[in-house]
Amino acid sequence: MPAVQETIDQVRQIDVDQYKYGFETKIEMDKAPKGLSEDIIRLISEKKNEPEWMLEWRLEAYQRWLTMDEPSWARVKYPKIDFNEIHYYAAPKGTTGPKSLDEVDPELLKVYEKLGIPLKEQEILAGVEKTKIAVDAVFDSVSVVTTFKEELKKAGVIFMSISEAMREHPDLVRKYLGTVVPQSDNFYATLNSAVFTDGSFVYVPKGVRCPMELSTYFRINEKNTGQFERTLIIADEGAYVSYLEGCTAPQRDENQLHAAVVELIALDDAEIKYSTVQNWYPGDKHGKGGIYNFVTKRGDCRGKNSKISWTQVETGSAITWKYPSCILRGDCSRGEFYSIAVSNGHQQVDSGTKMIHLGKNTSSRIISKGIAAGVSDNTYRGQVSAHRKAENARNFTQCDSLLIGDKCGAHTVPYIEAKNSTAQFEHEATTSKISEDQLFYCLQRGIPEEAAIALIVNGFVKEVIQELPMEFAVEAQKLIGISLEGSVG
Amino acid sequence: MLEIKNLHARIAEDGTEIIRGLDLTVKAGEVAAIMGPNGSGKSTLSYILSGREDYEVTEGDILYNGESILELDASERAAKGIFLAFQYPVEIPGVATRQFLKVAMNEQRKYRGEDELTTPEFMRRVKEAAAELKIAPEMLRRPLNVGFSGGEKKRAEILQMALLQPKLCVLDETDSGLDIDALKIVADGVNALRSPDRAVVVITHYQRLLDYIVPDTVHVLYKGQVVKSGDKTLAHELEAKGYADIIEAAA
Repeated sequence: MPAVQETIDQVRQIDVDQYKYGFETKIEMDKAPKGLSEDIIRLISEKKNEPEWMLEWRLEAYQRWLTMDEPSWARVKYPKIDFNEIHYYAAPKGTTGPKSLDEVDPELLKVYEKLGIPLKEQEILAGVEKTKIAVDAVFDSVSVVTTFKEELKKAGVIFMSISEAMREHPDLVRKYLGTVVPQSDNFYATLNSAVFTDGSFVYVPKGVRCPMELSTYFRINEKNTGQFERTLIIADEGAYVSYLEGCTAPQRDENQLHAAVVELIALDDAEIKYSTVQNWYPGDKHGKGGIYNFVTKRGDCRGKNSKISWTQVETGSAITWKYPSCILRGDCSRGEFYSIAVSNGHQQVDSGTKMIHLGKNTSSRIISKGIAAGVSDNTYRGQVSAHRKAENARNFTQCDSLLIGDKCGAHTVPYIEAKNSTAQFEHEATTSKISEDQLFYCLQRGIPEEAAIALIVNGFVKEVIQELPMEFAVEAQKLIGISLEGSVG
Repeated sequence: MLEIKNLHARIAEDGTEIIRGLDLTVKAGEVAAIMGPNGSGKSTLSYILSGREDYEVTEGDILYNGESILELDASERAAKGIFLAFQYPVEIPGVATRQFLKVAMNEQRKYRGEDELTTPEFMRRVKEAAAELKIAPEMLRRPLNVGFSGGEKKRAEILQMALLQPKLCVLDETDSGLDIDALKIVADGVNALRSPDRAVVVITHYQRLLDYIVPDTVHVLYKGQVVKSGDKTLAHELEAKGYADIIEAAA
């Protein structure tokens, strides 16, 4: 793993301020007034030029949301959120929707350049960047640009913002939206259904292997806004797509809400690989500020022999509440969940997965690596269930926790339920500390403490890092190193 | 090269004194053997030399090339050329042996203000050193010390020593858990490193290792002090008569 050296260098360069994406950009914004009401929802829908049925869908969700209570079962603590203090829509002035690269405000392009996100197709094509990655860039509530659209179109792949898809491919959107995460699913998903502003839409037609990695990059910039994005990915029969999501936000004293919904649908023999490198602002060292990341992600292996694989690297956010799940509906379908959740400082993570086995001969695999440092709390919460008809369902779960220091906590909460006697579920869990012996051994070889921890932690998470697309594996390793900076001493 | 003067040290946690007025001088080019019964402070001495924080020096000094090292942390001492071959090498899961070697070599170079090794240069050095110690390339791909046999672990220690090229090598009970063939390979590795500008401190319980790594001086440690020093014949004497006489004389 050559990235380890880079991790070390990166850790070295960082002084007190560990979060390097904390800058704020002054861009003239078009904002909805604070608060949530039917009028605000109508305004969002109008801004997006949506069809009537979409507005109705939103309003229905809103009515339902009004009757719901915030969930309280997760092992996280935070003051009550005032949902009327949030702006539900914020867009850079003049951007009603994505444009071609030449038309995008250069200030915005600079933001993504600063974040290291490749948006310039020409340079990528000229070989400046090694691999081609198509990017959809979402800034606060809107998608500002989607790259490589033409090239993807040639392969038949639709990759655009969901707002655009609603206008250009209404039938597809209408057919699949809300079929995996229904409007009424949970408090945050329902809120999202009412107010979601943008996100990505992907459709890979029958038998097509998407010719490049797709990626969406989410940036929260504006103060007091919530980001409510919605992503919908459909892999038709025999299709394959690999998708990556990245996220950052400026450094602020107030908490900001990010409540996304992601729905994946894999039809017969299709495969979706969804990777996340989540790096929202985690708050300062006293626990002030940071993003509340309350996200509902679910994949539906709807067809036989389909496969959905979630890989996540969670390093940011003040609070993470997130359980990317798979419904294994099709016979012989397969679900995977690979996760690294790092918590430092005052961060709280309650994350895991659900593997719901419905079809015959379905299998799932869960590898979760939790790393807790500082005074953080890190909980793995997972559910594996086999329903009556899920003959020969198989699951293997491995949850490993690593503690750095003695003021943090790691918790594992597995729920296992088998209604079919042929199901075979295995669960393994370990908790370990970076031992004094390991640390001293590394020091004695001349490896300074920070670098030694980065090395040991990278070893601990290796199994999951290997699941990430190559380019992102390097990024993820760096991020983990940075997140743990200052965790000892 | 190494000068230990009236050293007193204790376990930081509970204050138990282990080293009680230890004096020892080892010159460049010298191989010094430290022997002594169990609990005499041999392993503790190796940890204190290499800067383990579990121990506190309460009195005296350790000079390395004329300078006190008490204020340096373990990684700085290592980068200055002090190497400890562990009695029980530690497992580092998920970190390939080769990767660990590369990080260690480059961190030391960085500390000394040298450029990092290029990958081909690193590979060349590792390949050469591994071949000398009969270490298969496959072993270098495995996570460091994880699932290694006793012999493999000790060979991996010597491999690290050969690549890091330290100036002061401390071998803590390197012979424990080794069969005779492995012992020979390890001893050959150490002997290959003997040079006029390098000192070796061999900590051992038994004479056996000293048949293969022949020492210039032998020191007997008892209750945290050097109670007797001599040449290699002292080791044979101990082997024949045990420690009883010396202990009695010291008491």
